[in-house]
Amino acid sequence: MTLSDTPDLVVIGGGNAALCAAITAAEAGARVLILEAAPKPYRGGNSRHTRNFRCMHHGPLGPLTDSYTEEEYLADLLKVTGGKTHEGLARLAIRSSEECLPWMEQHGVRFQPSLSGTLSLARTNAFFLGGGKGLVNAYYRTAERLGVRVAYEASVTHLELNDDRIDFIDYTQNGETHRVAPKSVVVASGGFQADTDWLARAWGPAAKNFLIRGTPYNRGVVLADLLDQGVEQVGDPTQCHAVAIDGRAPKFDGGIVTRLDCVPFSIVVNKNAERFYDEGEDVWPKRYAIWGRLVAAQPDQVGYVIIDAKSLNLFMPSVFPPIKADTLEELAEKMDLPAEALAKTVAEFNAACGDTSGFHPTELDGVATTGLTPPKTNWARPITEPPFYGYSLRTGVTFTYLGLKVDERAQCAIGNRPVSNLWAAGETMAGSILGQGYLAGFGMTIGTVFGRIAGKEAAAHANAN
Amino acid sequence: MQMQTDLLQEARRQAEICNACRYCEGYCSVFPALHAERAFGDGDLTQLANLCHNCRGCYYACQYTAPHEFDLNLPQALANVRQDSWEDLAFPRVAGKAFQKNGVLIAVAAVIGFALLFWAARMLGSQGGEGFYAVLSHNAMVAIFLPAFVFPLVSIGISLRRYWRRVEAGPFRVAQLVKAVRQAADMRNLKGGHGDGCNFEDEDRFSHARRMAHQAVMYGFLLCFAATSVATVMHYALNMPAPYGLLSAPKLLGLSGGVLLVLGCTEMIRLKLRSDRTLGARGAFGGEIAFVGLLGFVGLSGLVLYALGQTALMPLLLAVHLGAVLAFFLLMPFTKMAHGFYRLAALTVNAGK
Repeated sequence: MTLSDTPDLVVIGGGNAALCAAITAAEAGARVLILEAAPKPYRGGNSRHTRNFRCMHHGPLGPLTDSYTEEEYLADLLKVTGGKTHEGLARLAIRSSEECLPWMEQHGVRFQPSLSGTLSLARTNAFFLGGGKGLVNAYYRTAERLGVRVAYEASVTHLELNDDRIDFIDYTQNGETHRVAPKSVVVASGGFQADTDWLARAWGPAAKNFLIRGTPYNRGVVLADLLDQGVEQVGDPTQCHAVAIDGRAPKFDGGIVTRLDCVPFSIVVNKNAERFYDEGEDVWPKRYAIWGRLVAAQPDQVGYVIIDAKSLNLFMPSVFPPIKADTLEELAEKMDLPAEALAKTVAEFNAACGDTSGFHPTELDGVATTGLTPPKTNWARPITEPPFYGYSLRTGVTFTYLGLKVDERAQCAIGNRPVSNLWAAGETMAGSILGQGYLAGFGMTIGTVFGRIAGKEAAAHANAN
Repeated sequence: MQMQTDLLQEARRQAEICNACRYCEGYCSVFPALHAERAFGDGDLTQLANLCHNCRGCYYACQYTAPHEFDLNLPQALANVRQDSWEDLAFPRVAGKAFQKNGVLIAVAAVIGFALLFWAARMLGSQGGEGFYAVLSHNAMVAIFLPAFVFPLVSIGISLRRYWRRVEAGPFRVAQLVKAVRQAADMRNLKGGHGDGCNFEDEDRFSHARRMAHQAVMYGFLLCFAATSVATVMHYALNMPAPYGLLSAPKLLGLSGGVLLVLGCTEMIRLKLRSDRTLGARGAFGGEIAFVGLLGFVGLSGLVLYALGQTALMPLLLAVHLGAVLAFFLLMPFTKMAHGFYRLAALTVNAGK
């Protein structure tokens, strides 16, 4: 790279937050280079798999109905994080989200009405037409029109931190090593969940059996490099957000289609054909997330969902058809479960079921078992009607919480002072706001809001130096 | 039914993945229809395939396209089923199999059309007519073109009846057809849901180029068809035989239609050459280009005939133009032209759901 080619600003990463930063900086006049580790077909990080943006609004806005106030939004967030939230940054993200939506539209993002099966989100979440990859494509078009250069398969190996400044960045591309020394750097390269060795070190060896729902390119190389050099960190380093997904999903990148919504209508057993948790504790969207952990705690980190014919059409179809059998014994055999134990567990469950006339698939119906441990407190109908169906469940990791600590200007810190030319946005700093749990569509809100802030601040710094 | 099971099976596999995702719901009519099903029978897939306008929005937005192991390419999977359904539903079936994917055969048919008209002009002659009828008498033209017009209508009628049964569409209501015609009139399904158009000639960039080209072809064709219809009425009902002046209805309709047809077909071929062929039906590219070429040539030869109609070239040009028209009409049920009828049928079926 010749001197005249040297960009003012390098954005590390190629997803939503990176693109928002790059576009904002380019519009402020900075020459921007994006270093995206993935090849072009896989560009966009986990944003490829997203589908909506949670947005505060006063009155109808774009595809959103009614209104969604700052206080309600914050209350929803505090509920899922159990209070583990930096309120100042959370309020900043929430408040800024309203002006983001028109900005997104101006920069090529298109929205659609709430998808079938997601009506509960029609007021709070704006859905991208075509999903996250559609959004990513639109942003790349916009960025390239603004003169942003994009290097694909460009893996950053090191950021040289001297005192309170990043001096240069080393990256490899096509087997060659490059060094670039921009005035400003924005890190938006996600968490470390695709590095399963790191996951296993943090969580324990069981993590080797986890599936990664998103991109295989979030290996946390940049994150580790900066933390090793003393840049301030935030978030529980041992924790990840995980849900229960179809056990047949690919190791990486299975995305949305691998989710299973049938747990409330089922019994879930472990490999010994024993139940281990109340499948009917709450409606699925509210319990989706805890099952990742529940399955992770079972032997071999695997669970098995068993339903019968009467429940088959009560949930969204998933990508793999269920395993089907005319008898429970046959189902056990096909699923590699001990047949006698499964028959016993189902018989005990069936015996504990009572009056099912109040069954209602979309509401907490109170149709519960009696005298069973663990109980099933809603939707408890005996499993009697062949054919019987089964799915295997595994833990699917969405993201990790460990990240770079930022302030309200998205700037990173070392000790108690800012790193003068380093900003972070998106998943890699989301731990600053999300201490635990997850709120649908909030990741894209953090990415968009802090991506834009980081782009603006980094461009201002570059323009002034 | 003799549709290829491997094509149906692949479309089924992909539709099931789409049904678990649903991110593309807003693009076009295919996805709401797809998401309303839980299992996909051959008829369902045939209907979805003919509902698909190949706008490609879903492909470029898809997180599961190759190199991902799910290897989704829904536009191609549906195009393959669609293409296969046209071949299978054609009457006679053997003609559908012969022409749909065979550009060379379509060109050969056009040349045979020219030859037939030259032969007719020489053997049957004018029998005392004037203008074009000095080359070939009105009666001879009718004798050639009436069957050439009635045959495709009958053939397509039979095919559409087969289609209606294949997709288990239920009783037909006029209101459905009205809704379908309205959707076809502005090609709503090529607008991409957001109104920015479709993806075709430049990967994931949305544009109205294809919709505009397609509109020009469709309205150009309809105007030319109207010109012939009006002239027929004038000839028989009003006793006003050709030739007609520039400001007459047949000429105004025909000229504007011809210009639209030529521009539309030229642009369509240009766009097709720039598009990614792996997103269309396998092996159908040559047949499609030949068909669009033939249709454009019908328009162009008509315009040239009009421009040079007073010169010594007229008999030659007339034979060429009429030969092209003849080939076009006779091949209508067996070329890409058939898609217009199936598409309208699919939109009509969909409007009833």
